[in-house]
This record gives sequence, structure tokens and C-alpha cells, in this order.
Amino acid sequence: MARAITPRRKAITTVIAWTIGLLIFFPIFWTVLTSFKTEAEAVATPPRFLMFDWTLENYATVQERSNYFRHFWNSVVISLGSTVIGLIIAIPAAWAMAFVPGKRTKDVLMWMLSTKMLPPVGVLVPLYLLFRDTGLLDTRTGLVIVLTLINLPIIIWMLYTYFREIPGEILEAARMDGATLRSEILYVLTPMAVPGIASTLLLNVILAWNEAFWTLNLTAANAAPLTAFIASYSSPEGLFYAKLSAASTMAIAPILILGWFSQKQLVRGLTFGAVK
Amino acid sequence: MATKASKTAARLMISPAVILLLMWMIVPLAMTVYFSLLRYNLLMPGMESWAGFENYQYFFSDPAFTSALVNTLLLVGGVLFVSVVGGVLIALLLDQDFWGQGIVRLLVLAPFFVMPTVSALVWKNMFMNPVNGIFAWLFKSVGLQPFDFLTAAPLMSIIGIVSWQWLPFASLILLTAMQSLDSEQLEAAEMDGAPPLKRFWFIILPHLSRAITVVILIETIFLLSVFAEILVTTNGGPGTATTNLTFLVYVQSLLQFDVGLGSAGGVVAIILANIVAIFLMRMIGKNLDA
Amino acid sequence: MKTTLRAVMGATALCAISGTAFAQDTVTLTIATVNNGDMIRMQGLSDEFTASHPGIELEWVTLEENVLRQRVTTDVATSGGKHDVQYDVVTVGTYEVPIWGKQGWLVSLNDLPAEYDVDDLLPAIRNGLTVDGELFAAPFYGESSMVMYRTDLIEQAGLEMPDAPTWEFIRQAAEAMTDKEGEVYGICLRGKAGWGENMAFLSAMANSYGARWFDENWQPQFDGEAWKNALTDYLDLMNNFGPPGASSNGFNENLALFQQGKCGMWIDATVAASFVTNGAESKVADQVGFALAPDMGLGKRGNWLWAWSLGIPSGSQKVDAAKEFIAWATSKEYTALIAEKEGWANVPPGTRKSLYENPEYQKVPFAQMTLESIQAADPTNPTVDPVPYTGVQFVAIPEFQGIGTLVGQQFSAALAGQISAEQALQNAQQLTTREMTRAGYID
Repeated sequence: MARAITPRRKAITTVIAWTIGLLIFFPIFWTVLTSFKTEAEAVATPPRFLMFDWTLENYATVQERSNYFRHFWNSVVISLGSTVIGLIIAIPAAWAMAFVPGKRTKDVLMWMLSTKMLPPVGVLVPLYLLFRDTGLLDTRTGLVIVLTLINLPIIIWMLYTYFREIPGEILEAARMDGATLRSEILYVLTPMAVPGIASTLLLNVILAWNEAFWTLNLTAANAAPLTAFIASYSSPEGLFYAKLSAASTMAIAPILILGWFSQKQLVRGLTFGAVK
Repeated sequence: MATKASKTAARLMISPAVILLLMWMIVPLAMTVYFSLLRYNLLMPGMESWAGFENYQYFFSDPAFTSALVNTLLLVGGVLFVSVVGGVLIALLLDQDFWGQGIVRLLVLAPFFVMPTVSALVWKNMFMNPVNGIFAWLFKSVGLQPFDFLTAAPLMSIIGIVSWQWLPFASLILLTAMQSLDSEQLEAAEMDGAPPLKRFWFIILPHLSRAITVVILIETIFLLSVFAEILVTTNGGPGTATTNLTFLVYVQSLLQFDVGLGSAGGVVAIILANIVAIFLMRMIGKNLDA
Repeated sequence: MKTTLRAVMGATALCAISGTAFAQDTVTLTIATVNNGDMIRMQGLSDEFTASHPGIELEWVTLEENVLRQRVTTDVATSGGKHDVQYDVVTVGTYEVPIWGKQGWLVSLNDLPAEYDVDDLLPAIRNGLTVDGELFAAPFYGESSMVMYRTDLIEQAGLEMPDAPTWEFIRQAAEAMTDKEGEVYGICLRGKAGWGENMAFLSAMANSYGARWFDENWQPQFDGEAWKNALTDYLDLMNNFGPPGASSNGFNENLALFQQGKCGMWIDATVAASFVTNGAESKVADQVGFALAPDMGLGKRGNWLWAWSLGIPSGSQKVDAAKEFIAWATSKEYTALIAEKEGWANVPPGTRKSLYENPEYQKVPFAQMTLESIQAADPTNPTVDPVPYTGVQFVAIPEFQGIGTLVGQQFSAALAGQISAEQALQNAQQLTTREMTRAGYID
């Protein structure tokens, strides 16, 4: 922005922007804060802001009850695994669609997206039977397969829109220089596509991390990720807000931190071809 | 630019994705369609029999069906409205120059990372609860009667919760789009004396139209199957005020384990989703075909 | 050279075989349970079990009630006793056991060792878990519902809570205790839609009004006077003396309200007694009294009966180890272990006669009332007029979860003021008739 801005205006904008930012963030802040309270303080009126006895007891209780790290590791494997496999399948497909578009390319793309509209509750029983017979129930492999397929359309589409923005002339120039298909992808496309791939990867890790229907219904003990961990804190056991907050904080924190650190990469590719 | 060889190569490169998705779509779909024609309750084994279209007839005649349809559309529409309008406003704001831009952007982005169950629990118990919630406390501290969100305006409350989760996504995409706007164009307009509102309407908004369609498309895909937020907060009630199609199918297929009926509901939901999809594609097709 | 090689290979093979044989000695049981306080305590004592039972390891899956039920039902029903199951021990309630037992999905527990002392189980609870003489699940804890009230508030109001109040008295007391300015609501009851939420309470309440879900020919009865009176009185109580937002309050929300001193009375599960009298969580721990659930003088009280129990799915490959675990977790020794570690107030209640005969346990303030409440409920004969089903606050047929939730939504809408009581009952009657016709109970 080259426009000159008066300090007064900048100050006003700062106040408004911070107010809105803090308002949007407040529920998360409040959850984290509550996780350090005792159960009685968690429901006290008027709400206690910072003046309370800070305690780590809730975290200890949560860890004692369920092995956080195992769930965490399952979440990591499942979300990363499904995203990486998804990318391996999607990159060639998106590349082909973007650079060698046919008459049907758009239809194929839209059809792919429409498979995402399958309501999971309606197909749980058929899929459960299928998983049981193939021995995939409660395995990370099974979840990786399902989540890959669920997110594949989004991955392809994101990559497609990103690849399309890479000017075709560069490719042609490379071809004139006698580049093979392989070197074309390796040396010309990849460097330009990295930001797009990175942000696709991030977005899909987030989506897979938070997927709560299949991950809950197709696992038992061995492959259960953090969504199952959370599912054991949301009900009758006396007051539970503080414990729930602690468990929630533990479940959200890794992905929140990842998201924050990689925010720049995430945003850069999160354009879906909308920036042009 | 496309030679014959590269066309073949392209086909080869697309085919794994297409075949996988085709299988993913056809196998469960075929099973669902098949089950939907059976009388099949998982809790009563050995009673399976051919039912023809009975399940469909039954599903359509469900008194909750119409309201579920309307609720689904209201929920999708409501969240889209809030997140697009809110997203544009936030994007405009964040596009300005101010202190701490990076941090505010992180704050706005954060709700997108929160699992739906967690956000529903937090909103229901810690915010909207008319006795213990923070909103109730705010109302009371200015001398007002606390507003009873989930009873008096259940669907609106759920729209609010879901919007909170999706607003960051919309804001970010729109912000990125806005930053790509040629600032010279804006400056020229400013020099010509165009008032801010006009600049917004004739320059910024048209520039954002593609980004807005993208937001609408992606959010719709996810919003059609909103479920956890409803289960946690209202269980579809009071009445059927917050029952959407997904929840209706849930009551039938996972509470009663009536696989036949649930599958029929699933097929109907898929068809409806595809109708919505076709509409969207038309829209996108027009807007994205650069 | 060749022989040595062969010998080495033979030894290796032997090792491998004995290795696998050794590995088979350790059995890992996967246990699915609900995240209630008593189960979490059991999970915490895993080491006690594995120490005395070498060779058995425990793997816990603890889930919220609705998720657990959905997971376990899918697993057991798709197995149908023929296929492998994910869980070797499942936590099931009195609703599931009769249905699953009849299907042959659960392993009979009639051959538990003599030390288990099956005759010590409370008859009401045992009956609910027995199908055709076979015990299909061992009760872990049992509960009924009762009135929990604030002794200080009722004194202030100049009233005295009888041990066995009537609904009329409850209304009077609720009115006297309500102080909306001071945020004290005379009565807190469940309102959130769901067969296990508001319908558990309302079905039990309706029983005491002489109402029933179905007549002997499975005809739904929501068009009768009895249901109308029950629902009207419930709405009247809640609208005048209940907390705001009651139509989304379940057990949990009401517990939080009561613990903060915002409810004069609360009629709910007997297990809540140990939470509301626990000083660490409850502000009113020293001012809670207990009474039987109210009645109308028709011979039935508005209390329910439930037992969270442990069962073994027929598809399990580890039945023997699972039986050992169940016999341990529901034994008298387990009770003694908890008493020693956590105090008598925290032992799993409501399953054994011997517990209530124990003088130590009789000192617990809610022990007697819990026992009387459980004894006052009769799942095989739950209503004033005869019915074809078992279950007090539910109807033990597979269709009930869905029907109960649909009807619950209607009653919750009436509580929210969206529709009138008449309209809610009319809708309930229509919905239930529709579902029952489809299921083939009626034409």
C-alpha cells in the first residue's frame, strides 16, 4: 500500500482490528484459561478472569486417564499419511488437468468435488461391513485410506487452481530447450508449485486432524486419534468444564501451533485460483 | 500446446485419481442403493427382505422431512451469508495498515483449527448457557434478562457457532484476494474523487467475486453435512427446529439401526447435495472460467 | 557342518514356536466403557487387576455415552455373534441387555465362579439383566432416580420434605423455594430432547400418573388423559419454577446448576448424590437431602431403574479372560478395594444386597434412599395398567431409541414454548403410531 496514512487513522484501525481479532479469538482463550481453573471456579459467576488459583491438576487428570501421546501420534500419522498419499495421487492428476486440459476436464473436476457431498451417516453401515471383512477396522491404514479419499477432491482442486496460474509460456520455453517431461516437472514446475503444494498439505492436515465422524466410528483402541480422546470428556461425571477445557486445549494446541507457524505458507496457496 | 503424446500421458496421470474416486463413490453408493431397497434392521437379523421403494416412501412422508430440508438450506445459507459478509468486512479491515497486523491475523485464523465437537461444547456451556454462560453474565451486568439462545433461537445459535468456525477461512481467502488487487487502480479511482463506498462497490467487490464463489463452494460442501454441532447442543430439537437432513438420517440409521431407511435417506441426501452441486457448478463455471 | 546348521535352524524354529506360544499366554482385553466417574475409577485400578491376573492385559476405550452406544451397537450388531468383534468386554445398560440377549449377541454369565455370589445381586437389577434364566451382563452399578433437595431452602420456606412426597407437594415446595431474583429455581428437571435425556425422566414421571407408552396391543397411548396430565404438570412446574434454557438441559447441565446452589430440588439419577455431596465440587454439599421420587397415590412412583453392566459379545475370542475380568470388576472384593482407597461414599452403588447390609455403608447419607428407590422400581411391571414391554423409563424394543428421541423432540418443543402440550402429544401419538406401524407391531 503506497497510500499515505495519517497516524490518527492508523491508530483507529489498530483499535478496531484488535478488538475484532480478540473477540473472535476469545472462546479459545477462555477455553485455555478455564483449563487452569478448578471445576468450581470454572462455573463461577461472575466469571473469574485472571484472579484464580492456577492449577495444572486438570492436565494431570486427563493424562492419567488416557494416553494422550498415543492418540496424538495416531492423529499425526493419520492426518499426515492421508495428506501425503493424497498429494502423490493428486499432483499428477492436477498437473495433467491444468496443462493438458480436455473438453471434459471441468466436468471431471466438478464430479470429483461432488463425491465429497456424500453424507457420511448414510453410508456408515455399508462401509463398516466392508472394513470388517477386509480387516481394516481400528487400523491406521484403514483411516488413512478413508481420509485420503475424502480429501482427495479438495487436494486435486486446490492444486489444479494453483497450477493453472503457472504461465504456460515457461513450460513452452523449457520444451523448446529440449526438456523432457520429467525434467519439466522436476526443474520447472516443482519450484513454482511448492508454495501451492505446501499450503494444500497444510490445509488437508488440518481437515484430517479435525475429522470426527469416521475417525470415531472406525476405530476402537489401537488407531483412535485425538477426536476419540475428546469424545471421552464430554459428559456426565460431575462438573467437567475444566477437564474438558484441558483436554480440548491438548487436542487443539498441536494443530493451532502448526497453523500459526505456517500461516504464511498456508495463506499463500489458499487462493483456489481466486486471485487473478 | 497439447500433443497427442502429452494427452495420453495426461490421461495416465489423471486415471489413478479418477479410478480411486470412482470406486470410493460407486462401492458405498451401490451398497447404499441396494440396502435402501431392503427391509433391513441391524438389530433384527434374519429379517431382511425386499422392500422396493417402501423406505423412500416412508422417508419422504416423514413429518420432519420438510423442516429438515428447510433447516439444511437455512443453515447453509445462514452460515454462508455471515461468513461471506463478515469475511469481506474483516478482509477490508485487515488489509489496512495498522500495528500488530500479523498477530491479529493469527487471532482471526485460530477458530478454523478447532474441532467441531469442542467448539460446540465450549459455546453451549461456557457462552450460551442462560445461567452460567458469559453472555448471560453480560446481559445481567447491564440489567437485562439473559437471552436463552438455544431455546429462543436454536437454529440461529447453531448458525452462529458454525459461522464462528468458518469465518476465518472466508476472511483469509478474501484477504489474499484483496491483497492481489492492483493498488494503482484504487489510487486512480481515489484521485478521480470516487467515494469509498463506490470504490468498494465497483472495484473491490468485482475483484473479489471469484474468491467469494470459491468460499461458497468449499463451505457448502462442508456445511451440508453439519452434524456434531447439532448433536452436542440441541439433539435436533426443540421440536425439529434444528434437525437438518444429516441429523434426520442419523436418527434413523444410527439410533434405530434401520439400515434400509437410513440408506434411503442417504440416497436422498446425496441426490439433493448433487442438485446443490449442479447449481454451484453453474455459478462457478461462469465465474471461474477465466 | 550340515547337521550343525540343521540343529541351529531347529533350535531357532523351536524358539520361534515357544515364542509365539509364550505370546499367546498374554491376552489383551479391549474394554469399551462409558466415561462416568465410577468407570474411570475402575480404569485407574487396572494395575490391581493385572497384578493378580498375570497374563491378562487391559486396553481401555472410554467414550461419551452416545458415542459409546453407537460404537458398541454397530460392532456387536454387525458381528451378530458370528464375526470377530473389536471389544471383548462392553458396557451395556438395562435397555440393551434384554434385546441383545434374545438375539444371542451376548455370552451367558451363568457360569461365573461361586465367589461371585450371584444371589447377592439386588433382584430388581438382576431381573433386568436376565433373559430366559440366563444372566447376560453383570451389573457394575445400578441407579434409580430420586428427589435431591436443599435442606436449608426448604426450611426457609417453612416446609418439611416427606420421605415419600407427592407431585402436589413438589409443586408447592418448588413454588416456595423459587427466588428468581436471587437465581434460585425451585426445581430443575431434564429438558434436552433424547430417549436417554428428557424421555427417561418424563416416561418415569408419566408412569406415576398412570400413563404408559403402549397398551397391551402395542397401541401408543399419548392421546390418553394420563399423559396429558403428566405433561401439563411438567410444563407448569418448569415454566413457573424452572431455570431458563431448560429445554437444552440434560443431566450434566442440571448437575452444574445444582452444585452451584441454583436449584431447590432436582429429580434425577441416584448416582448424582455422590457428586452433589462432594465438597470439592459442590457449593451446597452439606445442605442436600434425599427423598423418594414423587407419586400420585396410584401405586407407582416416578423413578426409573438403570444398571450399567459389563457383558461379553458372542464374537469375542477371549471369553475366558473376559469373564475373569468381569467377575473381578463387579465383585464384593472390588467394592472393598474402592472403599479402602476412596471411601465408602464412592463405591459403585446399587448392585448388591451385602453392600446395603454393611454398617459402614449405611453411614453414607444417600445409601438408604438409593436402595429404597431401586427397590421401588419394577422393570417387568413398570406401569399402573399392564403393558407388553419391560423397562421403566424405556421400552425394551430395538425401535425405541429412535421413537424416544422423536417424541423427546416434541416434548422439548413444548417446553421451549414452540407448541402447546396438546399439540406435542398429538404429534407424539402420530409419530409413534407411524413408527410402530412400520415396525409391524400394529396395522
